[in-house]
Amino acid sequence: MKPDLSTTYLGLGLPHPIVPSASPMTGDLDHLLALEEAGAPAVVLPSLFEEQIEHEAMAIHFGMDFGAESFAEAPGGYLPEMDEYNAGPNDYLGLIHAAKRELDIPVIASLNGTTRGGWTLYAKTLEEVGVDALELNVYFVATDPDMTSEDVERQYLELVSEVRRAVALPLAVKVGPFFSSMANMAKRLVSAGADGLVLFNRFYQPDFDLDTLEVSPNLKLSTPDELRLVLRWMAILDGRIDADLAATTGVHTAEEAIKLILAGADVTMMASALLRNGPDHLRTVVDGLQSWLWTNEYRSVAQARGSLSQLNVPDPGAFERANYMKSLVSYSSDWLTDHPTS
Amino acid sequence: MADFGMVDGNEAAARIAHALSEVIAIYPITPASPMGELADSWSQLGKANLWGVVPDVVEMQSEAGAAGAVHGSLQVGALTTTFTASQGLLLMLPNMFKIAGELTPAVIHVAARSVATHALSIFGDHSDVMAARQTGFAMLASTSVQEAQDLALVAHSSTLRSRVPFLHFFDGFRTSHEVGKIELVDHDLMRAIIDEDLIAEHRLRALSPMHPVVRGTAQNPDVFFQAREAANLYHEAVPSIVKAEMDRFGDLTGRRYELYEYVGDPNAERIVVLMGSGAGAARECIAEMTSRGEAVGALIVRLFRPFAVEQFVEAIPATVRSVAVLDRTKEPGAPGEPLYQDVVTALAEKGRPLPVIGGRYGLSSKEFTPPMVRRVLMELDNPEPKNHFTVGITDDVTHTSLDVDPEWHEPADVVRAVFYGLGSDGTVGANKSSVKIIGEHTENYAQGYFVYDSKKSGSRTISHLRFGPRPIDSTYLIGEATFVACHQWTFLDQIDVLELAAPGATFLLNSPFGADEVWNHLPGAIQRSILEKNLDLWVVDAHSIARDVGLGGRVNTVLQTGFFKLSGILPVDDAVSAMKSQIEKTYGKRGEVVVRRNVAAIERALEALQRVQIPASATNELAPITVVPPEAPDFVQRVTAMMIAGRGDLLPVSALPVDGTFPTGTTKWEKRSIAHEIPIWDPEICIDCARCALVCPHAAIRMKVFDKNHLPDGLPSKGATGREWDGMLLTIQVAPDDCTGCGVCVDICPAKSKEVVKHKAINMEPKLDHLEVERQRFERFETIPDPDRRTVKLDTVKGSQLITPLFEFSGACAGCGETPYVKLLSQMVGDRMVVANATGCSSIYGGNLPTTPWTVDAEGRGPAWANSLFEDNAEFGLGMRLAFDAMEQDARLLVTALAPELGQLAVDILDAVQDDEAGVIAQRERVAEMRTALATMDGVLARRLEGVANSLIRSSVWIIGGDGWAYDIGFGGLDHVFASGRNVNILVLDTEVYSNTGGQASKATPRAAVAKFAAGGKPTGKKDLGQIAMSYGNVYVAQVAMGANMTQVVRAFAEAEAHEGVSLIIAYSPCIAHGIEMATQMTHQKEATDSGYWPLFRYDPAREADGEPGLKLDSRKPTIPFKEFAAKEARFAMLARANPSHASELMSRAQQDIDDRWHLYEQMVTIHRTAEYADVEE
Repeated sequence: MKPDLSTTYLGLGLPHPIVPSASPMTGDLDHLLALEEAGAPAVVLPSLFEEQIEHEAMAIHFGMDFGAESFAEAPGGYLPEMDEYNAGPNDYLGLIHAAKRELDIPVIASLNGTTRGGWTLYAKTLEEVGVDALELNVYFVATDPDMTSEDVERQYLELVSEVRRAVALPLAVKVGPFFSSMANMAKRLVSAGADGLVLFNRFYQPDFDLDTLEVSPNLKLSTPDELRLVLRWMAILDGRIDADLAATTGVHTAEEAIKLILAGADVTMMASALLRNGPDHLRTVVDGLQSWLWTNEYRSVAQARGSLSQLNVPDPGAFERANYMKSLVSYSSDWLTDHPTS
Repeated sequence: MADFGMVDGNEAAARIAHALSEVIAIYPITPASPMGELADSWSQLGKANLWGVVPDVVEMQSEAGAAGAVHGSLQVGALTTTFTASQGLLLMLPNMFKIAGELTPAVIHVAARSVATHALSIFGDHSDVMAARQTGFAMLASTSVQEAQDLALVAHSSTLRSRVPFLHFFDGFRTSHEVGKIELVDHDLMRAIIDEDLIAEHRLRALSPMHPVVRGTAQNPDVFFQAREAANLYHEAVPSIVKAEMDRFGDLTGRRYELYEYVGDPNAERIVVLMGSGAGAARECIAEMTSRGEAVGALIVRLFRPFAVEQFVEAIPATVRSVAVLDRTKEPGAPGEPLYQDVVTALAEKGRPLPVIGGRYGLSSKEFTPPMVRRVLMELDNPEPKNHFTVGITDDVTHTSLDVDPEWHEPADVVRAVFYGLGSDGTVGANKSSVKIIGEHTENYAQGYFVYDSKKSGSRTISHLRFGPRPIDSTYLIGEATFVACHQWTFLDQIDVLELAAPGATFLLNSPFGADEVWNHLPGAIQRSILEKNLDLWVVDAHSIARDVGLGGRVNTVLQTGFFKLSGILPVDDAVSAMKSQIEKTYGKRGEVVVRRNVAAIERALEALQRVQIPASATNELAPITVVPPEAPDFVQRVTAMMIAGRGDLLPVSALPVDGTFPTGTTKWEKRSIAHEIPIWDPEICIDCARCALVCPHAAIRMKVFDKNHLPDGLPSKGATGREWDGMLLTIQVAPDDCTGCGVCVDICPAKSKEVVKHKAINMEPKLDHLEVERQRFERFETIPDPDRRTVKLDTVKGSQLITPLFEFSGACAGCGETPYVKLLSQMVGDRMVVANATGCSSIYGGNLPTTPWTVDAEGRGPAWANSLFEDNAEFGLGMRLAFDAMEQDARLLVTALAPELGQLAVDILDAVQDDEAGVIAQRERVAEMRTALATMDGVLARRLEGVANSLIRSSVWIIGGDGWAYDIGFGGLDHVFASGRNVNILVLDTEVYSNTGGQASKATPRAAVAKFAAGGKPTGKKDLGQIAMSYGNVYVAQVAMGANMTQVVRAFAEAEAHEGVSLIIAYSPCIAHGIEMATQMTHQKEATDSGYWPLFRYDPAREADGEPGLKLDSRKPTIPFKEFAAKEARFAMLARANPSHASELMSRAQQDIDDRWHLYEQMVTIHRTAEYADVEE
């Protein structure tokens, strides 16, 4: 008998745990249909960015008014007033409408706000258009030396609880790993109202262009090497917090997905590998998962889930700091081998 | 219940025209453009006419083209209209004669504007419509915004009934741009007025193969005359038809109009006769005078053609003893202006021998006020009244003017508010919104009129708003304001913002200082005005609020809130809620955040408004305002300074040139100091690349090299690089008061500090931190002489920038994409250049008073510049060349004839080679020497040679204009000049839209871009002008983009100048109509080229002659897709937002355009044409 791959995430019963996460691929209806065709159990749409919406609206506003009412021959400005600008979240809402209309699988929206009012306003808007669940993509770079980690954490928690109060949707919170106490933070996020945690979001990071000496932020596709950080925290959090856990970052093949499930993930999410290989890659990963479970005589994903979490391994310390030291010692370098010291 | 609306005169007329037309052929021209734009946008939105059909609005290549299309459409039976003004109307005249001669019902709506004579003027008078009075069109004049709508309908209905076409006109700006509260005409009313049977008759008369006729025959002496008289009955019927239509309109609306409306004392003894918006001022004057028992009146002319003599004379009360006729036009040489002549004739014909005097008023929107009407009526009391007078000016030459006592008080129950703002701060927009709110939310009538200065950057605006219980007739600027708002603190030192404040008025000031500290910061003059006029001063820090809520420099909403709170026109809560709903209505579709931030601005403003306790006395001294420095030339001191100070109205006739000729080089005396930040040079980092100087659109960054022993005090410098400058120093200097702060220079600067990369060799820094030092430095910098042109490589970027530009500090938009090319040209050939400049942006920033940017070098030589028209610029420039060549031919004959006396000099002059700087300079010296010799010689030949001697020195004719001229209205002439083979240079500053009139599409507009008249994205591709020119084979053609390849630009200019024939340079010129951050315009140019959208090339016929392909591509194969370039420009990106699928289709076709064009060029660079294109000697 084939292993049962089904899982539950944010109250949604899914036939298997390999979910396409937010990426440019999920921002286009044709690709969404292709993903569904490839067997995606649900999709997470790209984030609705409040900052971008505001930026675009203000750009339209200032652009339309630029040069207007300044010169007698052109008091009406220099660009034609359009019937519609699709400013605000209209594009995004249109995508949701289309996705809900065309897809049979659950549609999870993602939101990145910048203001308190923005988070709740857009969360409500997304709830109204009928998404199945909401992922809050929270990212805040605290650059002010006077801002404490406590301040930062409070901001996260307040916005989660405000959105929680505003909507009844299943709510996942996607955060980064950069908290002094990730486990505590995870627990408090759940207390604030998160039904699930998504580990972890990846951001644009600055890079330098050595020709122009300019900072050029960009986002590189992930590699399987990035799995480790998620794997660790998945294993640590599994069984310790009362929320669904989604793993994203570094899932490229069935191998990473299996590891994350063993660490405790309810779903594993993919973006980079799909962008590289196309929607059909999803089927390969699912097949690989199934095959591994079958070969290793697992009945189901549920059986395997968390079996290698910190609570369930004989050496819990393997996930803690000592592990770091050991890995250094065990690191083997060709260069060191070729250049022995006396 | 009447349906009221707040519209301006253009909209009032256009909504009728759109509803009653099937075909609308348009072409942009100020001040009529908004009618075409509105009609186009309504049709774009699918708004149907009275019969449920969306009118087909078609932009033509010129008004002549529009009139032709109108004529054709009418011939086939469609209801057809157009809108125009000024030169546009003149271009329509030939077709108007035809349309009228064929008795075709049509209406042309005209926002009447001055016709260019000694100068162009965009402002209003009747000189254009008066030029149409011979066409056979009926002419109906509206006096107000309400009438612009109502009489538009009367015109449309009358033309159908009479078959005589109508020219419906109203005054440009005063009516076309005045926002007023009017009762709107709806479709039901139009249906009741328009007779469907008449439309059916129009269709039956149309050309149709089903019942063919011939129209437009050629007639001979036997019948032409009789046939011309055959239509008489139709023209004779017009007055009674118009009157009947007016009466029918009056029955249905209660608004009654007369062909000739008399207002005033029924037993008046003196009357004025006038038409157009001046009637408003006349009504007010007559009301005031009759209330004092004066027996006066005014006769307002609505139907000017046909002039209904009987009805006109009947409208004059029997008691009238003398008449003054006011014409808003001038007809030099005539026995009087047209209306005057008509009145004299009418009275004579009807046996009413009244004394009539005539006079001119209001030319080019000159103010026309009730006191002027009063003064004219007073003149009629004189035993010998002055005839052919002028009113509103001081004529101290021919003494035509009447002196006017300006004393006048408007009714106390009218709120009069004046607002001083910047174009960029949103003041006018806010005031338009206030007028709308008050007009729509109260019983009050409201009027808004807006005055702009002549600059495109840093322009000031003055808004005049009136609110009152009756319809507002005051068709003139506010003279005594009950409310004054100053939206910019810096104005306090620059203009007298309290000049118009009435005693006891409220004064709202945008102040960085709070109520408790502002007083001591106010200039002494302002303090005194506040005290003397007992003003109620309020302050608000609108800039801080606007910045805090995320609205940047748009202080409009904050100050609008202040106005509503202080003026008390409606309860504050009502006003605030009306403002909020207005904001939602205006900005809602731009995004929720726009609304939210503006609402936040309102709320913050309500809290922040503070009343100032006025101390008993002024604390600051009166500081005299220096308009121009004392070293400015006499003309600038006497005349230009007055215009700069906003007091040009006070200049007498004698102060002005008799023929429109002005001295060049006057922008340098108008120190506008509009930048907040200016570029500051760091010599430590500079690499001498000269890019900053090259790209500066305002010639505000200069570069010089000089001997190190002659370093002016306090000027920073560095060692100049380059072998030819060995041992010399180099300095780069900003003109701090002339910089607009656009930032193009900093954006282009490639040199970055090794320690702090944001620090470049040139950096924008707060002006006030550097102003005094930089002023002194610029003064010293100007003492450094230019290098000898013979020693400079003028065809290099750096070399060209070492020469002082002869085009400087224009009023172009900050960051303009055109002016860097114009300036470069002035550096390369300015000392021998004559410019024919097409009407458009370049003629406005190049020639709009008070000051003009073309200037002279140290020897007093520089570009001589003239603007003829929009449509004829290529021909105008060719004419200049023909003249130079003719005079040179004459001069050569004369030199030959005088050779015995001139000796070797004659030989040297005749054999001179002037293909480089040294050659030109040497010839200039020879001609100077010859002049000295000629001065000692007698005889007519010597005198004649003196007159043409300068033509022996190489002159460079440059024909400059924008794409509207080159691709559209002037293309026929341009093409003819291509074919002429004569030595002219053509510079097309291609912004890809009609920039000057506000961004309408031209044939240079690319596919997929939005523009006015192409709001749905231009469906067709851009015309390849370069290829058309190349097809002649002997035209030098270059396509350039400064931001993509500076060296290529400079080379192309040098090669064009050297080419002994026609040369064409098409220069990519980013414009604010592209929707880009202008500071980055050079980057946009580079991306335009990188994407293949704007390939760079030079086609040199000389290469063909050398046996090589003529075309050389100067840019690489496209490296980025078109969409990557386009996504960064709002003109493309806007469509992607508004209509993504259509945008995507257009974008992919635009990419195809690029690919195809590149493919074609790639093939062309391999082709060597063997035909001999050079002129064949006969």
